[in-house]
Amino acid sequence: MSRGNRPLSPHLQVYRPQLTSVLSILFRIMGVATSIGSIVLIWWLVAAASGPEYFEFVQSFLGSWFGRLMLFGWTLALVFHLCNGIRHLYWDAGKGLELETAYASGKAVMIFTVLITLGLWGLAYALGGA
Amino acid sequence: MSLRTPLARARGLGSAKEGVSHWWAQRLTSLALVPLVLWFVFSVALMTGADHAQFIAWVQSPIVAGLLILLISVGLLHSQQGMQVVIEDYVHGEASKVVTLFLSLSIHVVLGLTGVLSILMILFRG
Repeated sequence: MSRGNRPLSPHLQVYRPQLTSVLSILFRIMGVATSIGSIVLIWWLVAAASGPEYFEFVQSFLGSWFGRLMLFGWTLALVFHLCNGIRHLYWDAGKGLELETAYASGKAVMIFTVLITLGLWGLAYALGGA
Repeated sequence: MSLRTPLARARGLGSAKEGVSHWWAQRLTSLALVPLVLWFVFSVALMTGADHAQFIAWVQSPIVAGLLILLISVGLLHSQQGMQVVIEDYVHGEASKVVTLFLSLSIHVVLGLTGVLSILMILFRG
C-alpha cells in the first residue's frame, strides 16, 4: 500500500489548545509521572523493611528540599490523575459528555487537584512541622 | 502479490486483538484505586514526622498491611495497563514495541514483588 503523497488530516499542532485537549494530554503525562514516582514509594517500603538506619537515611533524603519538591510533584500528578480519572469514569458511563458539562467538570478537576494537593501538604506541615 | 485475503492479512494486527477486555480491566483497576489512593495519601500525610518504630507499628496492623498490598498490586497493575497503551501508541515498529512492552512489564512485576515482599517482611518480622 502506497502512502506516499496522500493528503493527511490536520494533526494536533494546527488546533488551538483547549481546556479539554490540554487536560486530556495532561491526564496521560501525569499517569506516566505517577508510575515513575511509584518507584520512590517502593524504595520507601524497602527502606522501612531494611531497618531504622536505612529508613532514616531515606527519610532525610525525602525531607530535603529536592526530596520535598519531588514528592510535591508526585502528589500533584497523582491527585490530578485521580480527579481526572473519576471524570473519565463518569464519561465511560456515558454521562457528562455535553460540551458545557465537559468544560465545567474540567474546571472542577483543576480546582479539586489544587485543593486536595494543598490540603495534603498543609496537613503534613501542620503535623510534622517544617 | 499475496494470495491471502485482505481479512486474513489484517487478523491479529491493528485493533483486531483484545482491546475490549483490556479496556474493561483498566476501568476496574481505576475504580478500585479511587478509595485505595485516597486512603493512602491521607494516611501518609497524617504519618508525617513519624519515626521508624511508629511507621512499622502502623504497617503491622493486618488491615493496613492488607490495604497496602492491595494498593501496590492493583496500582502497579493499573500502571502496567496504562504504560502498555502509551507504548502501543507511541513506539512504532513491531520489534521495538514488543521489547519495550516486555521491559515495562518486567519492571512492574519486579517493583510489585519488591513492594509486597517488603510489606510481608514488616508484617511478620518487624
